[in-house]
Amino acid sequence: MANLFERLGGEAAVNQAVENFYRKVLTDDRISHFFSDVDMDRQIAKQKGFLTMVFGGPNNYTGKDLREGHRHLVAKGLNDGHVDAVIELLGETLKELRAAEEDIKEVAAIAESVRDDVLNR
Amino acid sequence: MAKVTYNGQIVDTDADTSLLEALLAQGCEIPNSCRAGACQSCLMQATKGEIPAQAQAGLKETLKAQGYLLACRCYPHQDMEVRLPVSGAVRIPVTVIEEDMLATDVKRVRVRPEADFVYRPGQYVTLWCDARLGRSYSLASVPGRDDHLEMHIKLVPDGRMSRWVHEHLHVGDRLLLQGPAGNCFYVPGAPQQNLLLAGTGTGLAPLYGIAKDALRAGHQGDIYLLHGAPEPSGLYLREELSALARAHENFRYISCVLVSDGPLPEGIQLGAIDELALGVAPSLAGWKIYLCGVPQLVNQLRKKIFLAGARINDIYADPFLSVADARKAAA
Repeated sequence: MANLFERLGGEAAVNQAVENFYRKVLTDDRISHFFSDVDMDRQIAKQKGFLTMVFGGPNNYTGKDLREGHRHLVAKGLNDGHVDAVIELLGETLKELRAAEEDIKEVAAIAESVRDDVLNR
Repeated sequence: MAKVTYNGQIVDTDADTSLLEALLAQGCEIPNSCRAGACQSCLMQATKGEIPAQAQAGLKETLKAQGYLLACRCYPHQDMEVRLPVSGAVRIPVTVIEEDMLATDVKRVRVRPEADFVYRPGQYVTLWCDARLGRSYSLASVPGRDDHLEMHIKLVPDGRMSRWVHEHLHVGDRLLLQGPAGNCFYVPGAPQQNLLLAGTGTGLAPLYGIAKDALRAGHQGDIYLLHGAPEPSGLYLREELSALARAHENFRYISCVLVSDGPLPEGIQLGAIDELALGVAPSLAGWKIYLCGVPQLVNQLRKKIFLAGARINDIYADPFLSVADARKAAA
């Protein structure tokens, strides 16, 4: 049976999802202020890396990368509520792509598994 | 097996080893993160050799056109030469051949390079008035059509370089020029795509260059050029742009100001450029967008246009940073 990444549609699905996901993130008042950095090209590349990871695709992120990558945001107040919002928007994005309910849960579980690293605790 | 030259070192690669892995194995320091073609940390530029298509997947068209690639996705099938992205090109001498005022505080300077100079309209160069004082300006000229390089230089309050250009620069002066750099330029290949070019002040310079380049390449989709200024005196090249619009059915020129003392000259609209930009079509999905000018406006507009449906890879933005902005960004 195909793995999660293949079921979701692989890299093509990531490419399709990333812009919709980023539009949601930018317009969600709960978390948009973490994305006020003006370099949108860099940000979308990071979002693509994130989606590839939670879609179960090939990546080499380590807990250490995730800790270092979010340390400055934790200093700005990044907390569980913000992670919840990201996971919620991820679910919405996947629903729009007509992903199966089970697969959406699996993606949320992968995102959940890195919560402590992201929040540096 | 292909050989890749990097920084004077020759590195062997094979079908199962990415360029990134091969370089790292040799002890080269190449920035990287996801190693899966997503994060673009390992962006490199090929100066020789054929780039495998997969190594450029997901990159902006203008990066592809300049030979950029992702090392983690690059499995060379023939010999290549690569380097990390560089900005420090050599300085070449140029001679000032023409100078005139386009607006009360904007001087047009045309220079002739004394060596081969390859660029694309819309890219920028750094012009040096002496060994230590240099500033970046975008190019409004078009290679093949113009034998000079054209820059529009706005007099900045307390700006050392612009004051020197406005008060002391003369025809016949020799200066040094460095570059080009920047990813804001026209790339042929999608002649039907609609283009939206929007900018304020001397953001017009690169947009004018890009528009002429697109028309010269036979672009068939609509091309909207929007130029904004606080008041009518800040608009310039209106006659040339109106003439361009008369000569090309698919080219439209819209100028706008925020305030006006008296009645507006014909053709100038009262309003904010972001509203006019978002109003050119019900949706900007599928459009290619070029934004140049003051950073605040460019960055705001980029976000609004992305939220209005344009793809990030189709938005080319060139915020003109002042020296103070650049220092802040580097801090």
